[in-house]
Amino acid sequence: MKDRHQTTSHEIERYAGLFARRTQHMRSSAMRDLMAITARPDVISLAGGLPDTSSFPPDTFAGLMERIARESCAAALQYGPTEGFHETKVRIGEVMAAEGMRADPDDIVVTTGGQQVIDLVTKTLIDPGDVVICEAPTYPGAVPTFSSYEADVIQIEMDSDGMRIDLLEETLEHLAREQRRPKFIYTVPTFQNPAGVTLSAPRRRRLVEIAREQELLVLEDNPYGLLRYEGEPLPPLYALDGGEYVLYLGTFSKILSPGIRLGWVTAPAPVLAKINLGKQAADLCTSSLTQHFVDAYFEDGRWRRYVSDLCAIYRQRRDAMLDALAEFFPREAEWTQPSGGLFIWATLPEFIDTADLLAKALREERVAFVPGSAAYVDGRGGSSMRLNFSGVDVNDIVEGIRRIGKVVDEQVSLFSTFGPTRQPRATPAPAEEAPGDLADVVELPRRRDERRAHGS
Amino acid sequence: MSPRRVALLKGGPSLEREVSMRSAARVEDALERLGLEYSSIDVGRSLLDDLEAAAADVAFVALHGRGGEDGTVQELLEIIGMPYTGSGVLACMRCMDKVLTKHMLLEAGLPTPEFFAFSEIAFKELGAGEALPAIEDRLGFPVVVKPAAQGSALGIRFAKEAEDVPEALIAAFSYDDRVLLERHVEGRELAVSLLESEGEPTALPVVEAKPRQEYFFDFDARYEIGKTDFVCPADLPADVTARVQEVALDTYRLLGCFGFARVDMILSADGEPQVLEAQAIPGLTETSLLPQAAEAAGISFDQLVNVMLEQALARSGAAPAQAG
Repeated sequence: MKDRHQTTSHEIERYAGLFARRTQHMRSSAMRDLMAITARPDVISLAGGLPDTSSFPPDTFAGLMERIARESCAAALQYGPTEGFHETKVRIGEVMAAEGMRADPDDIVVTTGGQQVIDLVTKTLIDPGDVVICEAPTYPGAVPTFSSYEADVIQIEMDSDGMRIDLLEETLEHLAREQRRPKFIYTVPTFQNPAGVTLSAPRRRRLVEIAREQELLVLEDNPYGLLRYEGEPLPPLYALDGGEYVLYLGTFSKILSPGIRLGWVTAPAPVLAKINLGKQAADLCTSSLTQHFVDAYFEDGRWRRYVSDLCAIYRQRRDAMLDALAEFFPREAEWTQPSGGLFIWATLPEFIDTADLLAKALREERVAFVPGSAAYVDGRGGSSMRLNFSGVDVNDIVEGIRRIGKVVDEQVSLFSTFGPTRQPRATPAPAEEAPGDLADVVELPRRRDERRAHGS
Repeated sequence: MSPRRVALLKGGPSLEREVSMRSAARVEDALERLGLEYSSIDVGRSLLDDLEAAAADVAFVALHGRGGEDGTVQELLEIIGMPYTGSGVLACMRCMDKVLTKHMLLEAGLPTPEFFAFSEIAFKELGAGEALPAIEDRLGFPVVVKPAAQGSALGIRFAKEAEDVPEALIAAFSYDDRVLLERHVEGRELAVSLLESEGEPTALPVVEAKPRQEYFFDFDARYEIGKTDFVCPADLPADVTARVQEVALDTYRLLGCFGFARVDMILSADGEPQVLEAQAIPGLTETSLLPQAAEAAGISFDQLVNVMLEQALARSGAAPAQAG
């Protein structure tokens, strides 16, 4: 008798035959394997998006858990309502108010991290082949979500003021001519992941107008809004729109802890009702324990102090990374100058593929970053990289950038030996699935020497 | 004879770490079903201590890529006198280094696509860039650019025209300080696995890899279910199968492999196989080709693992090594 654990290639084929069609769009990659190596302890990783949880006081954590155990043990261990506890939603209202938004607790669904919001919104709105519009580059974690629902993803180029709204309008017109209607625009308008840029105030207003005019939804993903290191805050899209066409994604991951897996969505009532049903099907409810944790933590108002402590830490790390980039990256490289958030987006000469460069960086220098192609659906972004400055200390940031600079230097000098007549093509060939002329390559503008506030 | 206790070497810092972990997970299951005791060791700085602690009498090397498949770990195992699965130090070095493999094939009169190899030093210090146009003329486009030492197709690029070559070189040089430019041979992709029994290598049924979409049998396709169709045994005329297997066996012997190996080839339109490379430690994942070929020959995965262990012990003179 055959052991039931034994897997043969015939069985693999049999399983593969049972896979849903959409799993073909669930793409995996060599890069994923390389990323696994970045977690090794001897590697300096600027690849993660990790907040610095080491700065959270252990005594506070212990105190909160003890209080939960004493005061609400049974409830914290029990299932909760799908949409989340009312008390948690009140706390969420406080966080949103800190960025100038007003949200009724009834308009909020508490979710298992912000990632679940992307999943639920896509699940609610997208049939296979429907169009989702997002930034180019976009949050790498959103790509597999869109793909798994077989969305047709169209990416709009950004410059230092965020998504190019003129290109968005052109794209919408183009889609209308083809009688295709996008369902929603996904955007990280503030300290964008991965590019670190912020959508300017005029573009925010225009984006909200467009959503109204064309009756399409915007999913505003705002994990980093409170992590501002300079300049004046800009109004969230949700505040400008009043919650009619803008769905808002918030999360406790970057202001408290990603480990508690707590995020939320606000949406117009009919949309929220569907999202709630989707959530019920997905996981019944968000963790009761961590919702109690957040309630207890927010009760004394210390959270603002913690966020301001985080900002102080991250500001220092960002400055260290910018200084290190100026010192160690070759003059052919360019990078963004974020006023907040967790990421810098650096672009190298076109002949360098950062996925290959990552292999060299890991092998020779034990340092990691996210290759830019992870932030595109169509194979672009190959010469860019995302650098995180929140997850490692200043010494490692400087050393990490020095090491990356070294491997880049080596490739640049090697390239120069291939002969003067050998220049790469001006524009990389788009991959086959590139959506035609809808998403032309427009590089993020050169942001090397000028730093600007985003108060325009 | 059967081993008493197995040290399963896996992971490590190689770029193919994850593939190794998948191979090892499958071997672990097999060892359990075989009723063998084992310790899994994620190879790192404490490898020798870990091996001593494991008190094993044989090491199963489920490592891929640099460090694990290039003779390094094998050398260490030789030093401590621990029997291990698969090829010895020299064969591992020969297989890992595609340039060395191809030079040996050429010298022995075995078919392999025409190529030119360069080190980084050749470009940086000897002006090799000047020679590129002549090489491109000679090889014709597309030309395949590969790092000398990297498995799993990482860093392999097709340059369709002259202006693609510099980028392809930079990509290949990311994985090794030596690269080769190889003539692209149009044809069917075949893999022949070899397995020894009683000291004689036998060619297992030929596997043909048919990529579903990609122009090229890339890294992802190799390890992701459903991206590539594998046909085993490959649909080939008997004489072609015999020729392909003969070339694989000759390659195996030429490189001095032991126990098992896999030889990858292109079968060109004229029916002549061209050897691309040999793997000293072929993958053992669910989608890997050696286990598929073994299965087609009626050898289950468990039997395969058992045979590999028996070979290792037989090579060491059947004397269980002293622990540590």
